[in-house]
Amino acid sequence: MKEVKIAPIKNGTVIDHIKPGMALKVMEMLRIDGDARHGVSIAMYANSKKLGLKDIVKVEELELEPDVVNRLAVLTPNATISIIRELKVVEKYMVQLPQVVEGIARCENLNCISNQKEPIISKLIRTSADPPRYRCFYCGRDQENVQNNII
Amino acid sequence: MTLKGRDIINIGDLELDEIELILDISKEMLPVARGEKRSRTLDGKVLASLFFEASTRTRLSFETAMHRLGGNVITITGQEGSSLIKGETLADTIRMADAYSDIIALRHPREGAARMSATFSSAPVINGGDGAGQHPTQTLLDLFTIREELGDIGKQNVTIVGDLRYGRTVHSLSLALGRMGATMTFVAPDMIQMPDHIISDLKGMGAKVKRTTDLKAEIPASDVIYMTRIQKERFAEEEEYRKVAGAYKLQVRMLDDAKKHMMIMHPLPRVDEIHPEIDSTRHAKYFAQAFNGVPVRMALLKLILEGE
Repeated sequence: MKEVKIAPIKNGTVIDHIKPGMALKVMEMLRIDGDARHGVSIAMYANSKKLGLKDIVKVEELELEPDVVNRLAVLTPNATISIIRELKVVEKYMVQLPQVVEGIARCENLNCISNQKEPIISKLIRTSADPPRYRCFYCGRDQENVQNNII
Repeated sequence: MTLKGRDIINIGDLELDEIELILDISKEMLPVARGEKRSRTLDGKVLASLFFEASTRTRLSFETAMHRLGGNVITITGQEGSSLIKGETLADTIRMADAYSDIIALRHPREGAARMSATFSSAPVINGGDGAGQHPTQTLLDLFTIREELGDIGKQNVTIVGDLRYGRTVHSLSLALGRMGATMTFVAPDMIQMPDHIISDLKGMGAKVKRTTDLKAEIPASDVIYMTRIQKERFAEEEEYRKVAGAYKLQVRMLDDAKKHMMIMHPLPRVDEIHPEIDSTRHAKYFAQAFNGVPVRMALLKLILEGE
């Protein structure tokens, strides 16, 4: 099968090598809604030499900051970010797992105070980078699978 | 080193020398805890004792500790005693208690409740047990009891029996004992044995540990036997629970080969894992252990409110 292409963007951010099927979740997490100014193109289940299959999200006229896109690492740890200006890649990096993940994934302990009606947001602290492991700041539970609990 | 103003949420938050300091001050508190000496150390201070879940020993010993030091106590027991039942968040209740008191002792059915409370309160928060979570003052009083009875904790061979998989208080005790250099034997059926990650943490700190299913074989070598309650709800079948619980019951006749100084501990309440006949033997230390909740909590209240 021929690799799926989506049109290049002039200015903006390209999020590539997204885990297949996760593109919409990525947009939701970055709170990208798309409007007249910030056009969004998405490819899902595109062929990838590196991953077999991948998703791609391109956002026009918006340069996403590292602390924003790094939140994606929890969802799709191999994603790469390219910042495009005048059709040129001016910056390219891989997302990095943040030390603290707030409001992205629920603690998997249903009895945790952060899963109750309290004025707090979930907060997971990284305890290991490779393999990535997180622990709930509140109840101390080591999380088995953060990706299953993305809010 | 000072504990002044500190929250006590998790035993892991305390450095080893801080634990030692708490145990030293606990010892100094003994005559006051027994009522032999009077103290006005915390005169004018107020403890908010917020117990949203049933507790006998922990609540009473916190409140006794405050009274023995000349302080005062305001208290909430059970959710019906507070606005929580009207839908108030714990966070709001804590903000109110913070405004009314100098220090808060909290027990709550949800794990992480104490950590969250500490973020909403400027008054220090002491965790009196949150759900199946942490219970640091229990660990401190367990350590104090061993040190009082046997001296150097690091030289003891501690056998821990019962529900080791889910009992997080047993996990924090083991990690504290490991840091202090004690040898540990974990006795339980496989399905409720000490989890691998705790074993690997313990080995990582150089502790000598082993797991076994045979309680009787471990009695002669033990300096401490720490019994815990095996909870019925962990088992799918009543039959299986009975079989397991029956295999981990201490009886007087099992103690013939025990060391003279061997001490039996239990966080209480017990069901029938320790036969009442043992209560009158020299080995039974679980009531002394329960009493030690008072001097240990006195030490904490003093160190947190006044410093050294």
